[in-house]
Formats: sequence, structure tokens, C-alpha cells
Amino acid sequence: MAYFLQQLINGLTLGSIYGLIAIGYTMVYGIIGMINFAHGEIYMIGAFVALITFLVLGVAGVSYVPLALLVMLLATMLFTAAYGWTVERLAYRPLRQSFRLAPLISAIGMSIFLQNYVQLLQGARVKALPPVVQGGFILMESGGFSVQVSWLQIFILLLTLALMAGFSLLIAATPLGRAQRACEQDMTMAALLGIDVDRTISAAFVIGAALAAVAGLMVTLYYGVIDFFIGFLAGIKAFTAAVLGGIGSLPGAMLGGLLIGLIEAFWSGYFSVEYKDVSVFVILVLVLIFRPTGLLGRPDVEKV
Amino acid sequence: MARAAPPAARRGAWPARLAEAALAAGLALVLAVPLIGFQAVETNAVLGIRTRFGWVALAVAAVFAGRLLLTLARDWRRAFSLRPTSPQPSPPAGTERKAEAGGRRFQALVPAFPALGRRERALLSLLGLGFALALPFLPFSSSYLIDLATSVVIYVMLGWGLNVVVGLAGLLDLGYVAFYAVGAYSFALFVRWFDLSFWQGLPLAGLLAACFGLTLGFPVLRLRGDYLAIVTLGFGEIVRLMLLNWVPVTNGPAGLSDVPRPSFFGLPFERRAPPGVTTFADFFHIPFSPQQRLIFLYYLILALALVTNAFTLRLRRLPIGRAWEALREDEIACRALGINPTTVKLSAFATGAMLGGFAGAFFATRQGFISPESFTFIESATILAIVVLGGMGSQLGVVMAAVVLVCLPELGRAFAEFRMLLFGAAMVAIMVWRPRGLVAHRAPSLRLAAGREAR
Repeated sequence: MAYFLQQLINGLTLGSIYGLIAIGYTMVYGIIGMINFAHGEIYMIGAFVALITFLVLGVAGVSYVPLALLVMLLATMLFTAAYGWTVERLAYRPLRQSFRLAPLISAIGMSIFLQNYVQLLQGARVKALPPVVQGGFILMESGGFSVQVSWLQIFILLLTLALMAGFSLLIAATPLGRAQRACEQDMTMAALLGIDVDRTISAAFVIGAALAAVAGLMVTLYYGVIDFFIGFLAGIKAFTAAVLGGIGSLPGAMLGGLLIGLIEAFWSGYFSVEYKDVSVFVILVLVLIFRPTGLLGRPDVEKV
Repeated sequence: MARAAPPAARRGAWPARLAEAALAAGLALVLAVPLIGFQAVETNAVLGIRTRFGWVALAVAAVFAGRLLLTLARDWRRAFSLRPTSPQPSPPAGTERKAEAGGRRFQALVPAFPALGRRERALLSLLGLGFALALPFLPFSSSYLIDLATSVVIYVMLGWGLNVVVGLAGLLDLGYVAFYAVGAYSFALFVRWFDLSFWQGLPLAGLLAACFGLTLGFPVLRLRGDYLAIVTLGFGEIVRLMLLNWVPVTNGPAGLSDVPRPSFFGLPFERRAPPGVTTFADFFHIPFSPQQRLIFLYYLILALALVTNAFTLRLRRLPIGRAWEALREDEIACRALGINPTTVKLSAFATGAMLGGFAGAFFATRQGFISPESFTFIESATILAIVVLGGMGSQLGVVMAAVVLVCLPELGRAFAEFRMLLFGAAMVAIMVWRPRGLVAHRAPSLRLAAGREAR
């Protein structure tokens, strides 16, 4: 029981991270119907920006942890969002009218480019960060096994909740959110009614990148080891989360993320660590066979 | 200026251009500061930070200049083009025209590759083929060169295999290396377990890879094309993880060594034959030389690649090949005409997988040693880059791209380091500027009647 609880907590933490990345996939897919393969790389860039901001703060002598965290959060979101915007502007916008495979291939090219860009600039070696937020408390103890919850896990869960609340509010109650939903339903009609479609799509990329950046920050703090290749697997997993929740559905992305995090945590807790990535992939294929619309998605009708 | 522009516009051009360039430079500054400006470096196991603001300045200046040149080129083109201000006529409905629309703005900025006609292409192919056949006997050829050429031809074969999937059927396969790996490992294992020769192992490897393709494609190909891309991406990674972790069979990270070398119809390429076996050199009464095996391997893969080429060229003209191309252009229309998209896609996917499996079997016998290291995502990306840069669907383009991509790292360390960076950027640039690749033609292999619309 205690072991189960521990895995549950670990899984929820992991799931928050995947959920935040998955939102970027699902938003972009909802509007332009394209899988943004470079999104995993955006998350990786977020992790690197967080690491570098932390190191710069260390040099600057900022030692008050909440302030450091706040600065890291803002800097990471800002810089990574700039990357998200640029990627869309350079690699996807010129291809809006192109043939079907073009944006996908362009996204793959972008993903390869960004991976190597970071590798060349920051080195190929794994970067290990000393723990920033330490400590925690013991939730319960039974049979010699104590369930530990670290402050960091609490921080991650709370931050995810806050971001999700803010994000839902943004989509539900602001002009930008309204434009997003309108473009998702019918881009041409939205344009006819005076919505700047290009700007709305850019906004989707910026918001997605900012959320992925937070996920990158969390991973940097939580695991403390990052390298230029982390975006690859995290991207696949977050995409699986988006598909599981129903691609195009925003609550679905969060739900899918949590489920994937839980599945991964329980799989590595009860079965084998080596094949934990395989488990996620098996889920992706199973969902695609039996419920391609995902848990909360709408069926996708293709029209001529 | 040939054309008198209104004075206001002429005066207004420079501030606008500068503002545009400054904006781009500002963005470049934001992008460059965190990742270029600072570097996390490890000294004595402690992460420290190093600044490189000179590089940031350089990057910003480069972006400023680049953007300025781009706007200048754009304005210059607008001023001197034949139809300066008249809006582009709305393109007729059709994928061919639609494909160009995105890149039209910039197309004139990229030097156009001389358009190759049918005869020039045939001539170029013949020349290339002649060169490939004669290569081992040319005066300047060496072991190194033959080995490099063998690598090139492996990638050409992989590119042609993937071209069936991506170029003809329009299915984006990001885990092609998985089939390559399945082919290599199944060849190595079958040959070891059942004591087969190369020629017995080769079809088995292809068959098994095709079966993997069918199994993987079946659930996914019924859905929208994008899913295939990410599932194949995942599949490539899963296969690699299986190879790493399924130690009893694959020997894990250590890999499989002692994959049997190929023999010339049973005649091994050895200096000294085991008792009862005649070596190649002895049989033909020529002195033994280690180059003989290299040359044999080179011709072997060349033959495999040429068979692949002939095979795909034939397939393109068969009903199934035509169905692939039709499906690539318009799936709904195909469905309306009674083509079953799933079966047709599945056949393309399995064919591509089989060809990848053949290449894998050859790779295993050539290296004599295989490990999961050889089958990473980078390989898949390289093969895809070859197909995309060569122009999807073009057999000749694949050859050119493979030569460039494989030979680039040989030119020096710097080229090797920047290779993938350049590939990635080139893939984006090609999609934006020349979506059909540098030498591509995406014309259908067959036309209904001659002279309807010569492109």
C-alpha cells in the first residue's frame, strides 16, 4: 500500500510534466491539424534555458530560493516562447498552403536542427545540476517503507495546477482564447470575421512553448540531469498523452499526461525499468487501434 | 531604376527595410542570449558558466545583414520582375500547383537547378552507372575509396527503399532504421542458428522486415497519415531498446560479432582456406589480396541497389504503383474510385520495409559486427534527409543526395560535426523554397494521353 502510494505520487509528478508538454501538441493539432515534431525540442530548450538561468543566478549571488525559482520560471518561459514563435514563423508558416507532408518534414528538419544546435553550443555531455529545492516530509510509514513527498513534488503539482487554471481561463474567457477556439472550428470563417489567423496560430505556438518550457524547468529541478536528447523521448510520450486524451482536446491532454505519468511510474515500480518506454509506446498503438479519438476527443471527420 | 517608383515609396523603402532587419536582429538577440551567450561547462564535476557574448554579437549581426539582404532581394525582384504589381493569378485547383504556392515568394532567390529533361536524366544515369561499375578498377581507386563507395551505395539503397514509402506512397516513415536493424539482426541470427549462407539469409531477413512492417502498419495505416510518422518514430526507438535489453538473443549493447562473411558462390575470400574448401583466389588462380573482398562487397551492394531500382521502377508502372501515387495525391478520390487505402498503403510500407531489411542483411555481413549503436534515430533522420533533399520520388536525386551526405563527413571534422545541423536546416529550407527537392520531379509515372499538358 505504501509502495503504491509512493508510485502514485511519483506518477502524478511525472504526469504533470508530460501534461504540460502535451498541451502544446494538442493546441497546434487542434488549430492547424499538424503534429509539431519540434515540440519535444522546445521542451529540451526550456530545460537548458532553466539550467543556464540557474547558473547565472548562482553567479549573480541570488540565494533566496523562491526568488530564484520565480526568475527561472519567467526567464525560461520568455526565452523558450521566443523559440516557439520563431520555429513557427520560419518553418511552418510559409508552408501553410503546401502539400500534406511538407510541414511534417519541415518539423522533422527543425527538430534535427535544434538538437544539433544545442549539442554544438552546450556540448554533448549530460549536465548534472545539484538539487535546488531539498527536503520534504514523510507522508506515512508502514512495514518499514516510508512514503516520501518532497517539497519539489508539491511545488511541481501546485505549479501545474496554477498553470492549468490560468490556461483554462485564458482559453475560456479572453479574446485570444475565443480566437483560438474559433480558429479551431473553422479557420476560413474565423478569418472572414476579422480574426487574424496567423497571429492566433503564432499565439498557440507561443503558449505551447511556454508551457513546455515550464515542463523543462521542472525536469531540470526534479531529475537534475539533462542533455540535448531528452526532447526526443519526452516528445513521443507527451504526444502519446495527447492522443490518449484525445488530440485536439485541452483537458484531454492534461488527463492523458497524468495517465501516462502514472502508467510509467507503476510500470517501472512493478515490472521492469528497462521496458518503461516500451509500455508507453504499446499504449499509443493500442489507443490508435481501439479508440483513435482518445478519451475525450471528438471523431475526426475529413471533408473534401 | 527601370521603372519610376512613386517618390514616397522610394524614400520609404529604406527605413522600412532597416526596421524589418532590426526586428529580426532583436529576435535573434533574444534567441541567442540564453543558448549562445552562456555555456554550461563542467569543471571538476561542478557546473559553471562561461559567457560568449562575442558570438551573440556575431549572430545578431549576421541575422541583421541576412534579413536586410533578403528584403533587398525581394524588393529588387519585385521592381524588375515582368509583372511587378499584378496579383498572381489564382492557381487552378490541384495539388501540383498548391505545392508550389508556399515557396513561390522565395523561389527566385534560390538558384534554379538546371531543369533536366528525360534525355539528360537518362544520360546522367548512364554516366553514373558506368562510373559506379568501373570504380574499383580506376587508377585512383583504393581500399578506402571502395569502402566509402560501399557506404554510399548502402545509403542509396536505403534511400530508394524509403522512397517507395515516402516518395511514392506519401507515407512519412521516421523509423526506417528499425527495418534496417531487423534485417541486420535477423540475418545475423538466422545465419548463426541455422548455418545458412548469405544468399539463403538475405531473403529471410527481407521477409522478416516486411512482416514487421505489416504488423506495425496494420493498426496505424487506417488513420490519418500523421500518426504513422510518430508511431514509426516510436517504433524505431522501441526496436533499439529491445536490441539493447533482450540480452539472451541480441547480446545487448555488446552486439553480435562474427557474422559470417559472404562468399563468392561458396568460395570464401581468405588467405588460407580451412581444409576441404577452395578459396576465391585459389579457384581463379590469382594471388590473394584483401581488396578482393572489398570489391566483391561493393559489387554485391551495387547489384542489390540496382535490383531495388529496377524493382521500384517496374512497380511504379504496375497498378499497385499507380495506386500508391494516386493515394499520395488524393486519398478521398481514391477511396471513391474503389481503392482500398489501407491495403495499398500497407503494401507500400511492407515493400519499403523489405528493402530496408535487405540493406540491413548486407550491412551485417559487410561489418561482420552489429550493435544497437548503428541503429539510432540519427540514421533514420539521415535516410529521410537523403530522400527529402533528393526530391521525393526521384531516383536520381537520391543518389546525388546520398553521395553528398555520406561524403561530407569525410571532408573533415568540422563537416562531420555540422553535418546533422546542416541537414536539419536544409530540410526546412527545401520544404520552404523547393518543396519538390533540388532535382525533383513529382510528375506521375504514367499519363493518360500524350500531349495533354507537358510540364
